[in-house]
Amino acid sequence: MIRFLLSLALRSAWNRRFTLALTVCSIALSSFMLLGTERLRTDLRGSFTSALSGTDLIVGARTGSVQLLLYSVFRIGAATNNLRWSSVQAIAGQQGVAWVIPLSLGDSHRGFPVLGTSKDYFSLFHYGNRQALRMREGRPFADLFEAVVGAEVATRLGYHLGDRIALSHGSGELGLTDHADKPFVVSGILQSTGTPVDRTVHISLQAMEALHVDWFAGAPFPGARISADKAREMNLQPKAVTALLVGLHNRAAVFSAQRSINGFSEEPLMAILPGVALDELWDVIGTGEKALLLMSGLVALVSMAGLVSVVLASLGERRRELAVLRAVGANPRSLFFLLTVEGVLVTACGIVLGVLALAAAGLALGPWLQASYGLTVNLDQPTQLQGLLLLGLLACGWLASLYPGWRAYRLSLADGLSPRS
Amino acid sequence: MSETVLDVTALRFAWPGSSQDCLRIEELRIRASESVFMYGPSGCGKSTLLSLMAGVLQPREGFVSLLGQPWSGLRAGQRDQHRVDHVGYIFQQFNLLPYLSVIDNTMAPCRFSQPRAQAAVRRSGSLRAAAGFWLGSMGLSARDWDRPARDLSVGQQQRVAAARALIGAPALVIADEPTSALDDNRRNAFLDLLLSSCRETRSALVFVSHDQRISDRFDRQLLLPRLNQVKVETECES
Repeated sequence: MIRFLLSLALRSAWNRRFTLALTVCSIALSSFMLLGTERLRTDLRGSFTSALSGTDLIVGARTGSVQLLLYSVFRIGAATNNLRWSSVQAIAGQQGVAWVIPLSLGDSHRGFPVLGTSKDYFSLFHYGNRQALRMREGRPFADLFEAVVGAEVATRLGYHLGDRIALSHGSGELGLTDHADKPFVVSGILQSTGTPVDRTVHISLQAMEALHVDWFAGAPFPGARISADKAREMNLQPKAVTALLVGLHNRAAVFSAQRSINGFSEEPLMAILPGVALDELWDVIGTGEKALLLMSGLVALVSMAGLVSVVLASLGERRRELAVLRAVGANPRSLFFLLTVEGVLVTACGIVLGVLALAAAGLALGPWLQASYGLTVNLDQPTQLQGLLLLGLLACGWLASLYPGWRAYRLSLADGLSPRS
Repeated sequence: MSETVLDVTALRFAWPGSSQDCLRIEELRIRASESVFMYGPSGCGKSTLLSLMAGVLQPREGFVSLLGQPWSGLRAGQRDQHRVDHVGYIFQQFNLLPYLSVIDNTMAPCRFSQPRAQAAVRRSGSLRAAAGFWLGSMGLSARDWDRPARDLSVGQQQRVAAARALIGAPALVIADEPTSALDDNRRNAFLDLLLSSCRETRSALVFVSHDQRISDRFDRQLLLPRLNQVKVETECES
């Protein structure tokens, strides 16, 4: 009998193929929306937390931990004070410290922040899941006036290796190229990372110093212009940096290292744990995530309501068929089996179609999302919530498909077989 | 004397929400192989009585028994099974599954009833052969057997519905105005087939029609308003 019922289910489904195709499309759309929203929500947070990885401490002048994180990692806002170079050297020499990456911020290039740093940055800085920076083209800066640009900078501004660029002092809001006398050559373009690195122009600490040799208190020193060639001959040892990324030999020592830096006697410094600060920051700006979570819930509700309405819309067509089946002897268990097979298969087909459509959309739109919004879409990492949502859709589809059977069984045979119009 | 297939005793039936009975029948017995022609004006309760006979509706008082088993003594699922095991129903609108082939429609009751499947296999060797036998008896050629039911003419669909009701030799065959869509020639041919087939399987036949010209072809004629002791002024239909 099972074989007969399966064959009946298939032939019945084929007989209603156009209605069922609509149902499958509706479920596919629901799955696409539901998983897409949830994927965006997960990846939004992922993109945020992946901005920094493998760094044990961020060190800066004493301020709020969120503020230090904002300017050192996300290039947002400005430091209230700098660290002396001697402090950088002292911290680098501390027991347990494996490496330091000094960061010097404050200048910009056509709206993108400029970061002065050491060459170690390109080998020691990690993002995402402990991924190192990789060059898409060229190499790290070697000459004093060479710059390495992030992927988004290169794409947006159309830069290629060898292009000459001029930097601006400060955020560059006035549109003046204040450092035009010391132009840089693009020596490398980084691969896209989906982090603020993509939107950064990297130069050496010495170059940052060279830019400001003829500046005093935030303005050019009147009558003391120093050319680029002359600057090369000067001592360009930085006197201060904005922040410091610190890596330890042993992560277990992170709290003692933090205490040691916080109690640094030479100048008031603070060290923060990036993970903790990222969580604090996310608590502040994570309302977007909550909105997306709410949206996921609403999409789930609407999807499931849509699914039920499509099934109910085909109720009349189905009710007659089920009543005939009942009249020729199908018992409730047989009807339940028929409807379950169809409901589960149709819902599963819809979900598979939706997942495939989402994967296709992810592949097609992924680069654009990355380039335009710095959002990395990770379609290959399904979340637990996504799995639960899919199970919910499957259960909802199955339950909705049982409803016509329940209706047909409740209606008497006489009514079902001789419907009054 | 043949055994009683259907026994209606002291039956009273009223639709839910109605305080007035619309059917009251003291006694009605139908024997194996007997053919009964039931007629009466529209709304007199013919379809209601057929539903009571098939155990679809339950009487308010009294009982309706099929092969000695009162329908009221069975639970809903058991009634479904008892019905498919022992009742073949030819519907006014045929009620074939349009996407199934002619032969699959004919075999459908045997898929849900072991006794009917066994009876069919005993008679013809296999379900397909049994379905083929009844389709052949109804004048449907073998080339039509694998066509979808929806492709058949009205007359052909009616004969498939009859073959489906007769397969597995049910004790009772109920035909609810099955000839209303047929012309005289086709109606007579269909009646010949149905009556001879029921005699062959020893099935009792209850045939409902408005067309009294065919009544003398049946063993017994029942005028429902005469049988029904309720003199209804309103229609006895749902």
